[in-house]
Amino acid sequence: MKQLLLGDEAYALGALHAGLSGGYAYPGTPSTEILEFIQQHPLTRERGIHSRWSSNEKTAMEEALGMSFCGKRALVAMKHVGLNVAADPYVNSAFTGVNGGLLVTVADDPSMHSSQNEQDSRFYADFALMPLLEPSNQQEAYDMARYGFELSERVGTPVTFRFVTRLSHSRGTVETADEAMPERPLSYPEKSRQWVLMPGNSKVRYRELLADWDRMVAESEKSPFNRYTPGADTSMGIIVSGIAANYLAELFPEGVPFPTVKISQYPLPVEMISRLADETGGNILVIEEGQPFIEQKLRGLLGRGLNISGKLSGHINRTGELTPDSVAAGIAKLRPELAEKLHVEVNAPAELVVPRPPALCQGCGHRDVYHALNDVLAEFPNPKVFGDIGCYTLGWLKPFNAIDSVVDMGASITMAKGAADAGQHPSVAIIGDSTFTHSGMTGLLDAINENSPATIIISDNLTTGMTGGQDSQGTGKIEQICIGLGADPAHVRTIDSHPRTHEQMKELLREEIAYPGLSVIVARRECIQTARRHASAKAKAAKGGEA
Amino acid sequence: MKADIVLAGVGGQGILSIATVLGAAALKAGLFIKQAEVHGMSQRGGDVQSCLRISSNPIASDLIRSGSADLIVSLEPMEALRYLPLLRKGGWIVTGTTPVVNIDNYPAMEEVTATLNGFGNTVAADFDAVARDVASPRSANMALLGAASRFIEGITPEQIEEAIAIIFAAKGEAIIESNIKAFRAGRQVAADTVAAN
Repeated sequence: MKQLLLGDEAYALGALHAGLSGGYAYPGTPSTEILEFIQQHPLTRERGIHSRWSSNEKTAMEEALGMSFCGKRALVAMKHVGLNVAADPYVNSAFTGVNGGLLVTVADDPSMHSSQNEQDSRFYADFALMPLLEPSNQQEAYDMARYGFELSERVGTPVTFRFVTRLSHSRGTVETADEAMPERPLSYPEKSRQWVLMPGNSKVRYRELLADWDRMVAESEKSPFNRYTPGADTSMGIIVSGIAANYLAELFPEGVPFPTVKISQYPLPVEMISRLADETGGNILVIEEGQPFIEQKLRGLLGRGLNISGKLSGHINRTGELTPDSVAAGIAKLRPELAEKLHVEVNAPAELVVPRPPALCQGCGHRDVYHALNDVLAEFPNPKVFGDIGCYTLGWLKPFNAIDSVVDMGASITMAKGAADAGQHPSVAIIGDSTFTHSGMTGLLDAINENSPATIIISDNLTTGMTGGQDSQGTGKIEQICIGLGADPAHVRTIDSHPRTHEQMKELLREEIAYPGLSVIVARRECIQTARRHASAKAKAAKGGEA
Repeated sequence: MKADIVLAGVGGQGILSIATVLGAAALKAGLFIKQAEVHGMSQRGGDVQSCLRISSNPIASDLIRSGSADLIVSLEPMEALRYLPLLRKGGWIVTGTTPVVNIDNYPAMEEVTATLNGFGNTVAADFDAVARDVASPRSANMALLGAASRFIEGITPEQIEEAIAIIFAAKGEAIIESNIKAFRAGRQVAADTVAAN
């Protein structure tokens, strides 16, 4: 059956068709649609496949590992920086190994369309000693899910999947199976020792894992997703990975004139690359999305022996995502004789066009929080506001210019605490409800234990807003969580975020900033986007009721 | 056939509804499709763009090369101009003329209009009005699609109308009919503009 699917969706469907028993994730662009697709698929309800959001990527990773322990196929999905959060169980899961196949799906965001950095997940899989699959198109994303489960069960470790924005969020035609494989039955690991990572066990397992690396390389050599394509012009060879293969194919519709190795499975296939080097006198151009992972491996520290071009040599753009234009420019720079063939005449940009940055929605409660906060902080000489990850990050932009830092999920609270430790006053944190339960709670405990003179604003919009309104784990429990952690109930204050509460909110902020200990202010108003959706669903239900 | 289309607008305007309908029509016509979208932060009132590629042959790249797009379809006039470097020589711009002014340095509207008209291959119309005249302003996106469809070979208007009926099936007959009327009116606007050139 032929379907038009996002890369994320094609992969999710592939996993469902491969007998998936549990999907685990915390929303994060560009990975969010993977679990969303699983949630709305009929098979999920039919089979009772797990598909609820987790509190963060670490909990999601561990939950998926627990399911794998019991012999079932599981996947976990996150954005690239989410892997930092999940890194502890992720790296250790290569040691425990898997029972049921386990796919750790990470969507990188080169060009930082919606992220704070461009980190490349291939480095993680490399030092964690597990295979990584990098689909180059939607069809591969679908096909590789099943292949990935089988590979995971064959080599006995999780398999990391690397997506990038332009695959996650691009639709393509995908040929899919008509029905799903059965789920795997409950079973327990044969090698139970390696699941207990005490030093004695880990030392044994580490040696095994290192020995298994050769098996993983052998898998890559014969992988149907790694391909050597001969070319008539052997003056140079090209290695392309993941979606870079598409851009190269786009530029040479009649076929690439150079021998080419396309990589979608790691560890790198040594023999395949060795053959390319032999046939091309060691002149190799590497075109890869993200950081120069393959290029660095080939160069080595001293860079002797082979003539490697790519990002490090300055031919391919080092920052930002690849595009067909940037790949064409890189090849033309390296091989000027191809410049004319690759050249396209381009219209000059219209000079009057100005940037249009994103902004908080009209009617968004975060706006009311920033209006009140800015008014109150204007009364102090050196206020500092530590921000966090979410829609309210936009508070850094005009017209608010309200925050001084944004680092990672949860860092607002802990940085405000650290600043308060240093003597900063007012030291304010602003964090959303979903980010708070993701990674803010533990930091709040630190601040509570020292009664740090900081003011923590939890701007609660009852959802995970930035990624499109997914359920938030703390909805209805925020104050309870803070008090449960030990916050003084007299200084856990709640207020509606609304223009009509502007003066009240200012007063409340003044009081709590003046309080020489830790305060939590929960400013609450439902996200305007989800509120609209809920209203229209309600209207629809009411209409349905009448009919 | 091949049609490389840049869909443009401001986050929240719903450019993806146009892509969804065209994608469904192309799938039905047995064509290959790739469509790169933007989700996440930029959807909050910022500029948004989607590359929609349709072809009778398999498509390699999800992104369109500069100087290669056959068509820019935009819901907003300045956003149409943002992607001029992607358009090929002889390509067309089909755009709505109602500006979304959510920034304080939006250029003078006369300059935007003059630049669009100066480009030559432009169909610029108030598609809200086009849709309102025959159906409802809520069908403006389908009026815009109608105008754009005039420049897409290989997919017939009937195939697109069928796709509209499928995509909007859940919303009921009245909405489907309104969208189809708007689609036809939009297509006429493009035909008139081309005839006048």
